[in-house]
Amino acid sequence: MQDTVTLAHGAGGKQTSELIEKVFRAHFENPQFTPDDAALLEIPAGKLAMSTDGFIVSPAFFPGGNIGKLSICGTVNDLACMGAKPLYMTCAFVIEEGFPMARLEEIAAAMEKTAAEAGVCIVAGDTKVAGKGQVDGVFITTTAIGRVMDGVCTGGALAKPGDCVIVTGDVGRHGCTILLARDDYGIEADVTSDCAPLWAAVHNALTAAPGIHVIRDATRGGVGTVLYEIAAQSKVGFSLEAEKIPVDPGVRGVCGMLGLEPLYLACEGRLVVIAPEEDKEAVLQALRTSPHTEGAVCIGRVTEDHPGRVVINTEIGARTILPQPGNELLPRIC
Amino acid sequence: MGENTREKQSVISRAREIIDNYQGKEIRIMEVCGTHTHEIFRLGLRQILPPSIRLISGPGCPVCVTPVSFIDEAVLLAVDHNATICSFGDLVRVPGSGMIPVEDGAGAQDGKPAFRKIPGSLAAARAGGARIQVVYAPQDAVAYAREHPDEQVVFLSVGFETTTPTSCLAVQEAQKEGINNFSILTANKTMPAAYEAMSGSMDAFLYPGHVHAITGTAICEEMARRGTSGVVAGFTAKELLTALAVIVKRTEQGEPFFENCYPRVVRPEGSPAAQKLVEEMMEPCDARWRGIGVLPASGMKLREKYAEFDARVRFALPHIEGRENPACRCGEVLQGKCQPSDCGVFGRGCTPEHPVGACMVSGEGACSAFYLYGTGV
Repeated sequence: MQDTVTLAHGAGGKQTSELIEKVFRAHFENPQFTPDDAALLEIPAGKLAMSTDGFIVSPAFFPGGNIGKLSICGTVNDLACMGAKPLYMTCAFVIEEGFPMARLEEIAAAMEKTAAEAGVCIVAGDTKVAGKGQVDGVFITTTAIGRVMDGVCTGGALAKPGDCVIVTGDVGRHGCTILLARDDYGIEADVTSDCAPLWAAVHNALTAAPGIHVIRDATRGGVGTVLYEIAAQSKVGFSLEAEKIPVDPGVRGVCGMLGLEPLYLACEGRLVVIAPEEDKEAVLQALRTSPHTEGAVCIGRVTEDHPGRVVINTEIGARTILPQPGNELLPRIC
Repeated sequence: MGENTREKQSVISRAREIIDNYQGKEIRIMEVCGTHTHEIFRLGLRQILPPSIRLISGPGCPVCVTPVSFIDEAVLLAVDHNATICSFGDLVRVPGSGMIPVEDGAGAQDGKPAFRKIPGSLAAARAGGARIQVVYAPQDAVAYAREHPDEQVVFLSVGFETTTPTSCLAVQEAQKEGINNFSILTANKTMPAAYEAMSGSMDAFLYPGHVHAITGTAICEEMARRGTSGVVAGFTAKELLTALAVIVKRTEQGEPFFENCYPRVVRPEGSPAAQKLVEEMMEPCDARWRGIGVLPASGMKLREKYAEFDARVRFALPHIEGRENPACRCGEVLQGKCQPSDCGVFGRGCTPEHPVGACMVSGEGACSAFYLYGTGV
């Protein structure tokens, strides 16, 4: 096979077949993976969840993952937030002419590994090749459906005053990693992306406490943006303890230098979980013994006061408002 | 709780106790560093101070004190001279005058010069097709010039003693490599003149740790000898509270004082290497500070032998006076004469998305901090 992807690989002929066989089928092969125009699936009874997401991260390879891993995590985590076990997934690639074949292999391998961990079957796909300069490297869109756990009902409008607010690990690592990987700042720090599939952790948390009110993955805009969204949807306020918010020292250092707030940097493997106070210990216990959520902590609570606002109790004992994010969020982080 | 956290909390409680128990006359403490301003707001520090201790945000953010005329000069370079402007991001959105006098005097009436319209900010110039690059360090601008030999590249060199050496290094690099399409438009400033100008508006300075890591502390000691008190402070909760507690204690003793509360980073002699570099390449000049006016010898420009890297020389820029928006009270805010919320346009015509004055643009500006954090919960 050629070293790079060419326009012929997207033309539908022999080279397209070769690309699909040698790269995609080699990694995605499973009994459901269709050789035909559409996958035929057995769907279990009950409520389904479905989600789609496009991935254009730059750079496509970064410490802790690559666009392939991200494209699986992003979509299965969206399902997981609704309490849905990921079942089937499709993926569509737009590849830039001249993209190295070896890198495409790496991306496919990461997708295979992550899909296996997330328990999702890739059942169909599409490949297009765009001319040089028309896309940047590779763009991936994934769509997945999942089966919602019985008796579970989560949503952004369901937070109640008195609920505890849990984050499943240190915040802001993915955003910080991408920022450093772009090398625009000339800063070096030992930071890796938190990108991870979270269904297993969500399953354990919901098994321990089916009454969890809200689960959100803190992707673009980070934990801060997610909290402001929930505050608006649920018409509640938040009160956070500054010292409880876990931040990796490397991330904190970079944020200090660039004047960024870690709560507004993207995560790709962190959840915000909002649960009734009486479920707090059970949820924390379940998360702390699950993969990728070992660092779960309660960082504050939902309040009736100051609806629509996120308030922080600072380390010197004062109360401040978490400023709403400005207009310069980092583009192309996922 | 870890050992460090316990130690930190105990320092914070002791400092708070000193501050809480202060019973003396009012102390006005002025911070002159954008990072201090930001941290003070982030921590909610003002809320926990007794009414007799007041914090004033002084002229410490380099973007905020940059005069309107500097923006006009940069816009002219981009629009009239087709130069590529490399700038720190904040400056791109700072409003300029939007118009300047016609240079050759054409169209003048009754002795009043005619004006011509120019883009009102670098962002507006960019929207009109000018090349405006956001960079994070002057070296990035040199790299851009190296990669684009057919463009004239101008770096907007703003900042205090902390950033001036990096501009010098960039010029040095360009000279060494013979990169002849690179120059800098200087608005570099030095703090001592500002300390002098502000010394009647406050009782003690919270001196900026970063600046004095470069300059050393001789100037602060001199200020104390002449009756103006202050402490050099670091940037964490513990360091800021400690510095405030020291100010309280020393004020109670009555004599003008100076204390270095950031010895971990600031040495009395500062950084001789950085001082030598700047001394070799730059010389003092009069400089305009937004809202304060021209302070003699408070700016830095390239020396004669580096004139080819001075954008004002290279492009023979005319002198521009600059017209500030009369509704904006940034100048008084910078001098601690009014609070951002006293300004008529604050939060109405002037927001971080649509700033009227520089103090609303920069994340380190007092108006922006007031706007984002509000005045409490």
